[in-house]
Amino acid sequence: MGNSRIKFVLGGVIVIGALAWLGFVGFEESKSYYLTVEEYSAMSGLDGKTLKVAGDVVEGSIDRTKPQMEFVIAHSGKSLKVRYVGKHVIPDTFTDGSKAVVEGTIAQDGTFLARHIEAKCASKYEAEYEQKGV
Amino acid sequence: MSEFGNFSLLFALCLCVYALFAALFGAVQKQHRIVRSAERAALAACVAITVSMGSLIYLLVNSDFSVTHVSNSTNRELPVLYKVAALWGAHDGSMLLWVFVTAMFSGIAIYQNRFRYRDMMPYVVAVLMLNLSFFLTLNLFVSNPFQQLVQVMPDGTMQKFVPQDGRGLNPLLQYWAMVIHPPILYLGFIGFVVPFAFAIAALATKQLGDTWIRTTRRWTLVPWLFLGMGLILGGKWAYVELGWGGYWGWDPVENSSLMPWLTGTAFLHSVIIQERKGMLKVWNVLLIVITFLLGIFGTFITRSGIVNSVHAFADSSLGAFFIYYMLLVLAASLYLIIDRLPFLKSERPLDSVLSRESAFLFNNLILVVACFAVLWGTMFPVLSEWVTQSKITVGPPFFNNVNIPIGLLLLLLTGVGPLFAWRRTSVASLKKAFFWPVVFSALLCAALLVAGMRGFYPVVSFTLSMFVLVTIFEEFYRATRIRARNTGENFLRAITNLTLKNKRRYGGYIVHFAVVLMFVGITGNAFNKESTQQLSPGEEMTVGRYTLKMTDYDEGSTPNYQFGTVKLDAFKEGKLIRTMKPEKRRYLAGDGQTTTEVELYSTPLEDLYVIFAGLSNDGTKYEITAHVNPLVWWVWFGSAIMFFGSVITLLPDRKGAFGTPQTTLRKGSLLEQGALK
Repeated sequence: MGNSRIKFVLGGVIVIGALAWLGFVGFEESKSYYLTVEEYSAMSGLDGKTLKVAGDVVEGSIDRTKPQMEFVIAHSGKSLKVRYVGKHVIPDTFTDGSKAVVEGTIAQDGTFLARHIEAKCASKYEAEYEQKGV
Repeated sequence: MSEFGNFSLLFALCLCVYALFAALFGAVQKQHRIVRSAERAALAACVAITVSMGSLIYLLVNSDFSVTHVSNSTNRELPVLYKVAALWGAHDGSMLLWVFVTAMFSGIAIYQNRFRYRDMMPYVVAVLMLNLSFFLTLNLFVSNPFQQLVQVMPDGTMQKFVPQDGRGLNPLLQYWAMVIHPPILYLGFIGFVVPFAFAIAALATKQLGDTWIRTTRRWTLVPWLFLGMGLILGGKWAYVELGWGGYWGWDPVENSSLMPWLTGTAFLHSVIIQERKGMLKVWNVLLIVITFLLGIFGTFITRSGIVNSVHAFADSSLGAFFIYYMLLVLAASLYLIIDRLPFLKSERPLDSVLSRESAFLFNNLILVVACFAVLWGTMFPVLSEWVTQSKITVGPPFFNNVNIPIGLLLLLLTGVGPLFAWRRTSVASLKKAFFWPVVFSALLCAALLVAGMRGFYPVVSFTLSMFVLVTIFEEFYRATRIRARNTGENFLRAITNLTLKNKRRYGGYIVHFAVVLMFVGITGNAFNKESTQQLSPGEEMTVGRYTLKMTDYDEGSTPNYQFGTVKLDAFKEGKLIRTMKPEKRRYLAGDGQTTTEVELYSTPLEDLYVIFAGLSNDGTKYEITAHVNPLVWWVWFGSAIMFFGSVITLLPDRKGAFGTPQTTLRKGSLLEQGALK
């Protein structure tokens, strides 16, 4: 009786241990620092690290004429030039003024090389109404 | 109308608070009439809430743009169906839907048990009403859908403001699965409140046998089923509407609905142990408390915007209230559990590792670990920000690394669990039970390896799937053969009657069968192919066995949106299968949102998934992305089977009693010896 309890606990520990190890490996592989553009420009020593940087897409900055799309995101007066080097389709919600989160690394010349873009539309209407009162 | 709706809501809150205190007072004073009055007040509150929701729907359908919610989530052109659906298109309205669903669940549970469990019911009523009052309070005072628009004039006075037209419903939400996805998820999140209330009542009245579990079996299955279906519909929507080629991305909001589903699944299994063996009592109470909390946590994640997500509802001021509420529920439940520990003693120890009990225990352990891993990954950005001031996010590799092995372990348990006998299993009976499943799965495994499949996880997954399929088939086949022999029924009739006579068991196997089909579909992910090409008319691209030849490009506009459509002829191994027209739309209402219309050619073997990503950078070519996703079809088909199996387990028993297994076979039959031991 006690014996089977020990066996069960032992089995459980082994399984959970293995899972924890796998989780740790996946965690190391996929962790990235999440910063706003403002925080990003205040920090140093980020070379080579995978980062996620959030900001608003500057109106008119999206440049699709180059082989790789470029744009600028900004937050609290700081801005960051981004080049999209990813393969996936750019989300529908990515437009002038949308809130974007870019994931990637920083290049030598200070341009951010984004492998992945997430975007949310800036709910303009809601903002307008809120300014009007209530 | 908006004042009327608002007033009904306030009235409902008063009734709820009265019902809460009357129920507790009646229970303590043993005054049956006061409890009765509490129950009636609770039912009246449900009616008032229904009236309130009716009035919001009235406002939506009649486009009364003086109400913030109406102008924010509809416009005049919107079809009536979507106007109604816009009820849950913004967070204040979806909060009312939440309150309404909570009221319905609470009301039905109270009404259904009005002559039963008289000692437990006052506490059930109290818990349900406390919960309802909380959400009503939020709905009234923090996130009120009846709020009217006002304009601050230059001189500082305020005036009513009625816009000409509303903002319109986000076009991404204008899809059938998305229309029913939130209400169905809500039915899932909220429904666990009933078993939770019964668990608390059982603790309060110290009736900790399996009464509360038997009573709430269906009350657990229903939300579990809705939650599962909500997850599937969300996935279907993501697949068909979002255009990134997949259906699950470990998004925080997806995760938050997966978590209660995982613990709910664990609960559905572990209650069987308590019913049959009187074990795991503390565990079951804990599981239902956790499941209920995770349901609330799910809405908290969606509403508060605490974790970044594709879901656009964000940053409402509700967050803090949810946290306090969850802490309160957790603290109160834990206090009750600890206080009642002496009544929660297990009636029996674990006999052997090779037993049905231990398979169930292991299944529970793994489901809870999976839930914890998902929680950890989802909340890590928030936790890391608290601890180290820097926000660290984790991506799909973390979730996949942990959950793929967990999924495979669960699949294995799905197969071997039913082969183990209760208490302990002899080696001889194991050999017999494992023979055919092992033979078939070994054959499949060998065939896959010979055919050149090398990925470790896919091979294991398909092999285990075969193993489980054979065990399920054997379960049905053996019992049906015996029944056919004993009763003289033909095979088809015997299998139907067998299932209907023991719905929980065989319905459960059908659900297991569905799970296997879904695993097969999910495993298909390992073989996805993708290609992106820039084409001009006349050019072609290849992905997998398919060739896509661009023929034409077309632009135009409808009153609702502008569109650009690429026309492609799709060939499978040289044979024309159909013309595909992936489209890019730009909606005129709202923020000028663009959407990608996916073209999908779906077969059980594989999906061809084509999207028009946009013009190339120099504007002369058209960028097409094509995915070949093998076996996705089985995910949707499996979920339909899962629905069917769950409905079978939910069917009422002819003999009236709740969920007691009925075996009509004579004693000594193989079923009795082997399977039901």
